[in-house]
Amino acid sequence: MNEIATRIKEINRKDGGAFIPYLMAGDPTLERSLDYIRALAAGGADLIELGVPFSDPVADGPTIQAAGTRALKTTDRLEVVFELVEKVREEIEVPLVLMSYYNPVLQLGETKFLEKCREKGIDGVILPDLPPEDGNEFIQSAVEASVATPLLATPGTDKKRLTELAEKATGFLYLVSRPGTTGAKSGIGKITTEAIKSIKTRVPDELPVCVGFGLSTPKGVERVIRAGADGAIVGSAIVSRVGNGDKPEEIERFVAELNEGTKL
Amino acid sequence: MKLSQYPEAGKFGTFGGRYVPEILHPALEELENAYEEYKEDRDFEEELRTYNRDYGGRPSPLYYAERLTEVAGGAKIYLKREDLIHGGAHKFNNVMGQALLAKKIGKERLICETGAGQHGVATSLAGAVLDLKTEVYMGKVDVERQKPNVFRMELLGATVNVVDSGSATLKDAINEALRDWSGNVSNTHYLIGSVVGPHPYPMIVRDFQRVIGDEIKNQLKKKEGELPDHLVACVGGGSNAMGTFYPFADDKTVDLTGVEAGGNDEGNAASLSEGTEGVLHGARSYLLQDDGGQITETHSISAGLDYPGVGPEHALYKEVDRANYVQASDEEALIGFRRLAETEGIIPALEPAHAIHAGMDIASTMKPEETLVITLSGRGDKDLDTVRERLS
Repeated sequence: MNEIATRIKEINRKDGGAFIPYLMAGDPTLERSLDYIRALAAGGADLIELGVPFSDPVADGPTIQAAGTRALKTTDRLEVVFELVEKVREEIEVPLVLMSYYNPVLQLGETKFLEKCREKGIDGVILPDLPPEDGNEFIQSAVEASVATPLLATPGTDKKRLTELAEKATGFLYLVSRPGTTGAKSGIGKITTEAIKSIKTRVPDELPVCVGFGLSTPKGVERVIRAGADGAIVGSAIVSRVGNGDKPEEIERFVAELNEGTKL
Repeated sequence: MKLSQYPEAGKFGTFGGRYVPEILHPALEELENAYEEYKEDRDFEEELRTYNRDYGGRPSPLYYAERLTEVAGGAKIYLKREDLIHGGAHKFNNVMGQALLAKKIGKERLICETGAGQHGVATSLAGAVLDLKTEVYMGKVDVERQKPNVFRMELLGATVNVVDSGSATLKDAINEALRDWSGNVSNTHYLIGSVVGPHPYPMIVRDFQRVIGDEIKNQLKKKEGELPDHLVACVGGGSNAMGTFYPFADDKTVDLTGVEAGGNDEGNAASLSEGTEGVLHGARSYLLQDDGGQITETHSISAGLDYPGVGPEHALYKEVDRANYVQASDEEALIGFRRLAETEGIIPALEPAHAIHAGMDIASTMKPEETLVITLSGRGDKDLDTVRERLS
């Protein structure tokens, strides 16, 4: 089993669900984002998802788009993100998952990208616009490089496709809570909890299911974990606080509160 | 494999594909299945043909531009008059097809992006006549430079959403439309306006636009008794060019030239002739980007060509050398614009004005017994303010 999956399963046995906060690398600046990543780790993150800034983030709502625009001023290349990761790895051991659109990866070269991930200590990569059909080769190379490739599924994903996604995903299956882009505005509704229950019965036990998009409160986090999710991902709610100029201490406190929601 | 047989499994060679967030996957499958079904459906075909003829004004004329031919001094120049189609541009062809398809699969709402506003206008009129709620995404910069079209869309009952993110032009309008679609896939059809985007869009849009090339083939046969020697069309996303080229894909004697926006010293929108391979808006194609993979800002005098990507089928045609892709600058487009107005009494849109300029250049190198067809993809009413400013 993949390392990330093992880690999540361990947490599930001891401590409820895994808590996975998201930050945009380089937001608001490259230097400052290191402080925020420290805050996530100190607040109890089990895994950290690190966004790669991209000029045309079609899967993201306004909050993460704005973070990307801020970040692009200092962090407009994957090489810069890897520099940041190198610094993170000097002091933080929490597993790191990069979330990037495909084009920056393609320009660097898939092989070189995966080599860099290994070398710098990236444990997984989520490419939301690279579906398994077009990404078959990348996913295989990632498996060989021991880099996890969580894939996205949605409440509307049919059974056949879910089976395909579950077969190819490593690390975890990323269940998008609802239709739409990333964003904190909507709460967690019945569609989400029903989808979690139904997907958990269809996905092999060794592949954790983590839920993201629209989670913004400890209560929301608790709802998805109670419904059976193995982990909860919170992005926009944290990113908007960074955008408002919250200090790293404040982010740490917020993350700790959200994390409480995972402990059943 | 013949060029006309692409796409194969959603790909044009290595180009195309379906690089989209998972949330859109079911909608693209649904669209592809519906298209495959209705493509063979006689009633659907008849309904579309009726709209094209009685509502849209098809077939559009193929006009022998005698004075333009004289001025160019070479091959006989014909103009394919898509500027005379309802809505004022070739956009109608694709819009009517897709909107009818959307209605068949039970969608209640159309969304679209628009650059020059021609696609937005066409979608709005289809929304009105088919009673579908219509929302148009348009970059703030384009709203400013194509004001008459914004008013036109509103008159037709559509809502125009102004997009202020990124460069506030066509690519950002597409981003926003994709985001809207992600949140509303169940009741909404995203009516893409060009041969771009994830599979099946490049194929569907091409198939609805091929009426341009099919008509050229028939009309020129009647007039000249043979195939044209050369076809010229402007390329932004590339729908009027692909509609023109595709029926001739396997006719190797017919030369094809796509004309991209060469812009000015500050920039261009010539993805094929200046760009590199990459993935944007769901497809692998040529893009204007930096070496880190960030999409760069484009510049063109014409909003409709101001796009950093291009349809994947054009990328294939470039790769296998089936079509030649050249550039016309802002200045050259203005020259083409005036030339056509003065010699033929036709005011073209700034987009095909690029093709007029390049087409005249090419014609001048050809023999008088040869023929060259320029697709006049739209009329220029929307550009009068821009041109007046530039000429004063």
